[in-house]
Amino acid sequence: MATLAARFLRRSSVAGVRSMSTWFRTIDPAPKDPILGVTEAFLADQSPNKVNVGVGAYRDDSGKPVVLECVREAERRIAGSEFMEYLPIGGSIKMVEESLKLAYGDNSEFIKDKRIAAVQALSGTGACRLFAAFQQRFHPNAQIYIPIPTWANHHNIWRDAGVPIKTFRYYYPESRGLDFAGLMEDIKNAPDGSFFLLHACAHNPTGVDPSEQQWREISSQIKAKGHFPFFDMAYQGFASGDPERDAKAIRIFLEDGHLIGLAQSYAKNMGLYGQRTGCLSLLCENEKQAVAVKSQLQLIARPMYSNPPLHGALVVSTVLGDPELKKLWLKEVKVMADRIIGMRTTLRENLEKRGSPLPWQHITNQIGMFCYSGLTPDQVDRMTNEFHIYMTRNGRISMAGLNTGNVGYVADAIHEVTKSF
Amino acid sequence: MRPPVILKTTSFFDSSYSSPSDRRLSTLANHFVCAHNPMASHDSISASPTAAFDSVFAQIVRAPEDPILGVTVAYNKDPSPVKLNLGVGAYRTEEGKPLVLNVVRRVEQQLVNDVSRNKEYIPITGLADFNKLSAKLIFGSDSPAVQENRVTTVQGLSGTGSLRVGGEFLAKHYHQRTIYLPTPTWGNHPKVFTLAGLSVKAYRYYAPSTRGLDFEGLLEDLSSAPSGSIVLLHACAHNPTGVDPTLEQWEQIRQLIRSKALLPFFDSAYQGFASGSLDADAQPVRLFVADGGELLVAQSYAKNMGLYGERVGALSIVCKSSDVASRVESQLKLVIRPMYSSPPIHGASIVAAILKDGNLYNEWTIELKAMADRIISMRQQLFDALVARGTPGDWSHIIRQIGMFTFTGLNSEQVSFMTNEYHIYMTSDGRISMAGLSSKTVPHLADAIHAAVTRVV
Repeated sequence: MATLAARFLRRSSVAGVRSMSTWFRTIDPAPKDPILGVTEAFLADQSPNKVNVGVGAYRDDSGKPVVLECVREAERRIAGSEFMEYLPIGGSIKMVEESLKLAYGDNSEFIKDKRIAAVQALSGTGACRLFAAFQQRFHPNAQIYIPIPTWANHHNIWRDAGVPIKTFRYYYPESRGLDFAGLMEDIKNAPDGSFFLLHACAHNPTGVDPSEQQWREISSQIKAKGHFPFFDMAYQGFASGDPERDAKAIRIFLEDGHLIGLAQSYAKNMGLYGQRTGCLSLLCENEKQAVAVKSQLQLIARPMYSNPPLHGALVVSTVLGDPELKKLWLKEVKVMADRIIGMRTTLRENLEKRGSPLPWQHITNQIGMFCYSGLTPDQVDRMTNEFHIYMTRNGRISMAGLNTGNVGYVADAIHEVTKSF
Repeated sequence: MRPPVILKTTSFFDSSYSSPSDRRLSTLANHFVCAHNPMASHDSISASPTAAFDSVFAQIVRAPEDPILGVTVAYNKDPSPVKLNLGVGAYRTEEGKPLVLNVVRRVEQQLVNDVSRNKEYIPITGLADFNKLSAKLIFGSDSPAVQENRVTTVQGLSGTGSLRVGGEFLAKHYHQRTIYLPTPTWGNHPKVFTLAGLSVKAYRYYAPSTRGLDFEGLLEDLSSAPSGSIVLLHACAHNPTGVDPTLEQWEQIRQLIRSKALLPFFDSAYQGFASGSLDADAQPVRLFVADGGELLVAQSYAKNMGLYGERVGALSIVCKSSDVASRVESQLKLVIRPMYSSPPIHGASIVAAILKDGNLYNEWTIELKAMADRIISMRQQLFDALVARGTPGDWSHIIRQIGMFTFTGLNSEQVSFMTNEYHIYMTSDGRISMAGLSSKTVPHLADAIHAAVTRVV
């Protein structure tokens, strides 16, 4: 058999080449991902002073990635004890149950009444993509209103799902805060029954969140227009340190009677970035509808990846399902959030101490992983080229990349590039 | 006077409103049908307790269970002590239990104990060493394509995800939008490629009369495919039939495909699992690579490393030059990023650790061969049992077919009969997963087949 194969291989190398032509010659090189490309550039930099405030991954005060203790313990329990069989298409039932409790409330009537269609998804990205594909399939005239600005990948997700994208005003550069009037006007002016993407907390990239009162008004206006609210919640617990508090916007909408959609991610709040673990849920009118909707979500997932990855789901359900581990997780997530809040304060103080002519209170007004510094692309380029500080060109700084060791240096650099503004 | 507010009393997801004019009419009609309390005007916001929260999902109907995975759902519901699950292709031991390979357990423990490891995002394309090692596994370590850097490999969500990413890439960048699938093929293939944006056609493959390959039909159908069409090929252990071309037939297929400039897309889900030899099972793919041409291949580690639920696989695209390969890779990232951003780390770490360590690799090949041998032995036992019962028909295809599955030739009525009377769970196309059998359960299955064939026609 081996020699027969070898003979065939020798003969075929000659025969095949003659009729060949490449199909991919005309393919253009794709642009680098604006966010992940920053880390690539950072890694390539040899400078000892380099700082990475690009991608939103948490770092401790020594600048190191963190694996939470509750996660380590969960993995110790999982290793060697679990089979690696396929999960159902909709993922781990236990993990989904715990995720719903976290987002909708432990005693949520909607969970009791089984009104929520929910599936495990490939982190926040995967949850958004499933929803976008679902929209496209069941409402071909659907569109999605996304805030200006938003996480860059939101555009890609809905575009690849074939759903047209519209925008609504959100960030107000002059105040480095919320353009509330613009936001409300855009909600009013959108055709009835439009789909709106809302960041539940810790808006990415600006860190600017509506106040509780503003959320109530947004909820009412969306209700008045019959719009569909879809929440992307990537930072529950990570923003304020308290998951219940970070879910406030969602709870307001639920009280108001909205039937929401929700994408949850455990990338940041459980540090499970590379495990790709999240959840997509849709609140329905009743249990029967929820069953139908879930079955349709599964029809979308099956030809995409068949069923979601097991390991991250086991970690999440182990941590959230064990009262001791859950308590530990709540402590650890608060530590992360507190460190970031502390860095915001320190960065602001450092800039004001240096006598910067610009206002910097937005640094502490904003919340979550990111700060929209207000730096222009040219200033960002100077930060990178002169100071080896890596960030995305929209001026977004990942606060998690700051620590007591580098915050002074970064403040100096920001001051340097902005003092003659 | 305040303008009337337009109410939306119908579901967002009502598929009967397929045209814009329909929607306009329905919106207009709402002016005259005030079914709900008037909503707030533009000037003020007032919340109404009966706010228009008709669900956007009101018209959605329940989807049917996945035909393959639904078999396990039905099996789980059955209380019978003699029930047998021959549906989904997941390996079972003689004791009927799932199996985690020893090498996998060892590596898993190593990973847990290694506190220097973190859980950061891996690159969009996945773990670099996993990708390189996967390419080596399928193409061979001496493959010129690999050595010349003409291959781009990205980590994918097992076989399904790798096929889907490949399909979407082709739909975006390739000049031909049609993919030819064999008849029959894995139930999920058509949907994977349709949703990726390709249109699906069929080529003849299985000959029911011989329960073997319809080689003439295959050649005829591929000959009449438009130049440049994509052709899906099962690298080995065809799913669901277990019928593979011989190497001589593969060479003819290769020549035909190259002469018509068709683009081969291999689905390799069973490397090592079919014959017990990783290299032997990769021959068809290597045959194509050796002629210097381009191709795609999706690999899965679900079965051959038992990593089913961890979703580990790879998509490789062999290109004419390293420059093209690098550009292709950059475009693959643009497909992956809006789908799931980056692949999961856990399963790929396990695979990489096993593939790069000589001892672990050898142990793996031994465990893999043991799984393949057990399946081959089940084939023999089932064949012998049917012969012993004098079951009418020629059952030699059971030992001729290869891999996880046997295409029994039973029709859907016979399958239903076997489920209802004997609690045997299998897909309605007559496919059984040999991995689900054991020496203890072969007699029960043989009885069921015998009964079905003699009592149900």
